[in-house]
Amino acid sequence: MISARGVCAAHEGGARVLHDVDVDVRPGAVTALIGPNGAGKSTLLAVMARLLEPQEGVVLLDGQDVRAQKGEHVARRMAVLRQDTHLAVRLSVRELVMLGRFPHTGGRPTPHDRRLAQEAIEEVALAELADRRLDQLSGGQRQRAHLAMALCQVAGADVSAAPDGGPRDGEHLLLDEPLAALDVKHSVAIMRLLRRRAAERGASVVVVVHDIGFAAAHADHVVAMREGRVVADGPTADVMTAAVLSDLYDTEVEVHDLGGRRLVAYHG
Amino acid sequence: MTTTPVRPEAEVALAPSAAERRATARRWRVVLVLSVLLLAGAAVLTLAGIRGDLAFVLELRGRRLAALVVAGVAVGVSTVLFQTVTANRILTPGIMGFDNLYVLVQTVAVAYLGATAVVTADVRVRFAVEVVVLMGFALLLHALVMRRAAGRGDVLVLVLVGVVLGSMFTSATLLASRVIDPNDALTLQDLLFASFGSPDRQLLPVAAAVVAAGTVLALRRAAVLDVIALGREPAVGLGVDHAREMRRAFLLVAVLVAVSTALVGPLTFLGLLAANVARELLATHRHRWTLPTACLVAVLALVLAQLVLERLLGWGTAVAVVIDVVGGLYLLLLLVRQGRPTSRGTLL
Repeated sequence: MISARGVCAAHEGGARVLHDVDVDVRPGAVTALIGPNGAGKSTLLAVMARLLEPQEGVVLLDGQDVRAQKGEHVARRMAVLRQDTHLAVRLSVRELVMLGRFPHTGGRPTPHDRRLAQEAIEEVALAELADRRLDQLSGGQRQRAHLAMALCQVAGADVSAAPDGGPRDGEHLLLDEPLAALDVKHSVAIMRLLRRRAAERGASVVVVVHDIGFAAAHADHVVAMREGRVVADGPTADVMTAAVLSDLYDTEVEVHDLGGRRLVAYHG
Repeated sequence: MTTTPVRPEAEVALAPSAAERRATARRWRVVLVLSVLLLAGAAVLTLAGIRGDLAFVLELRGRRLAALVVAGVAVGVSTVLFQTVTANRILTPGIMGFDNLYVLVQTVAVAYLGATAVVTADVRVRFAVEVVVLMGFALLLHALVMRRAAGRGDVLVLVLVGVVLGSMFTSATLLASRVIDPNDALTLQDLLFASFGSPDRQLLPVAAAVVAAGTVLALRRAAVLDVIALGREPAVGLGVDHAREMRRAFLLVAVLVAVSTALVGPLTFLGLLAANVARELLATHRHRWTLPTACLVAVLALVLAQLVLERLLGWGTAVAVVIDVVGGLYLLLLLVRQGRPTSRGTLL
């Protein structure tokens, strides 16, 4: 479980972006972070992933302050995917995904790590491009490669015990717009994959999503943010309502149930 | 993106793929060819045309070769490290003003203490002072880089800062040299540029030990450096203490630059040449490959330059100049081929 308690944050030298945010990310579920541009979704994700120091408040990972835990202990359980997947280095897909094992291996991967990497690559359907260099891939393929790295980073926690006694409970995935560069087919496949991770392995998954249709269809929980504050937080059915969404986006939004699926439509 | 592969462990491909094996074999070939070339060059440089007192000539040439090796390794390691932590392949410690600062410190010392005092001081003390000053500068630069990294990591700003600092140090050097006695000025010239001919007997072992230790340190961090090369956020996400690793790398760079400059004088562009040629030949950024190969290329370039100048043209002391001309042209080539450098780093 990841919890933000009273988190206030700002970017370097900028105005405050998050105001007293309290959020719980539940294990075994996909939580979608939604909201208009500038709502603070990515900033909240960055604070949770300890990429950005909060000005006030604390982030708890499995009940402990994330900043009080050793970097590699946290990294074995929590992986983050940022929006910007541009890298300045020349690596193959496999080399990138293998780097996800770094917190576990310190750079000396075993056959077990190679297998986890191979599985992660297959999960995002990049097996045929595994030896291709990242700069030779399309934006969507590169995004999937980075997602595979994140999956690989937190995989196998139940198999290899922590050699230095670090905590070992749960896997956590923090994904900032993992669908941004993906077509519909791959977006659906990735959301299904994340749901499966959550259901089968009890992973807590946080996804920043812009497409509220995807959030409605695939998330178990939704946290709606606006101007740095949480305005709604709960099961998808409770948050994805016409009233909440219309207010959130200042746009008229309709929500329909169609054969058990929630469809969101908005007027341009 | 079909179903999760549920397969027995044995069936999943664990062995390196054919592409991986080919890449590794290619990299070994590169290392082998460079090593053979280097050995051949070193042999010619040391053994060709020996006349007179054999022991004396061998000792002198051996010392000279050792200086080239130590300086080359220092330049190779320091440049690869520097380019990794700044996420830019056209930056070198030389471009960021390290070498100019070294020259400034020497000049100021001669100006205020007099040439006699500087020359008669223990060369190791002089070296230690240089190392301390350069490390201080490295920490300053590090603070600056970290500030930029916290913002958007704008590399162009860094390059600009380097150019400004470099010119500042050069101007200060000029200013200091105005107050130097003409005789002292000659001594200063010797201090700064004559080291190739006859490297100092006392300094060489110290320098060799320092460079060896620094290289081992860097190689032991090779895996961490691979992660650092991804950028700050991915590195932090993978549990690396990014700020600490950056600080360490900058300090190590300062020590290595001090060593190479003390031994053979400022070599602004050698590192640029070595690090980039190594990456081109290896087609990878993995530091377990690039660190040793950049060293090989740097030493080879120094040995070849020395050979050509000494044997063919008979200009013993101009190696640094030639390396800088070739390296400078290579920098231009990189810039032209790459188009505009982006603000996000240009290691590709």
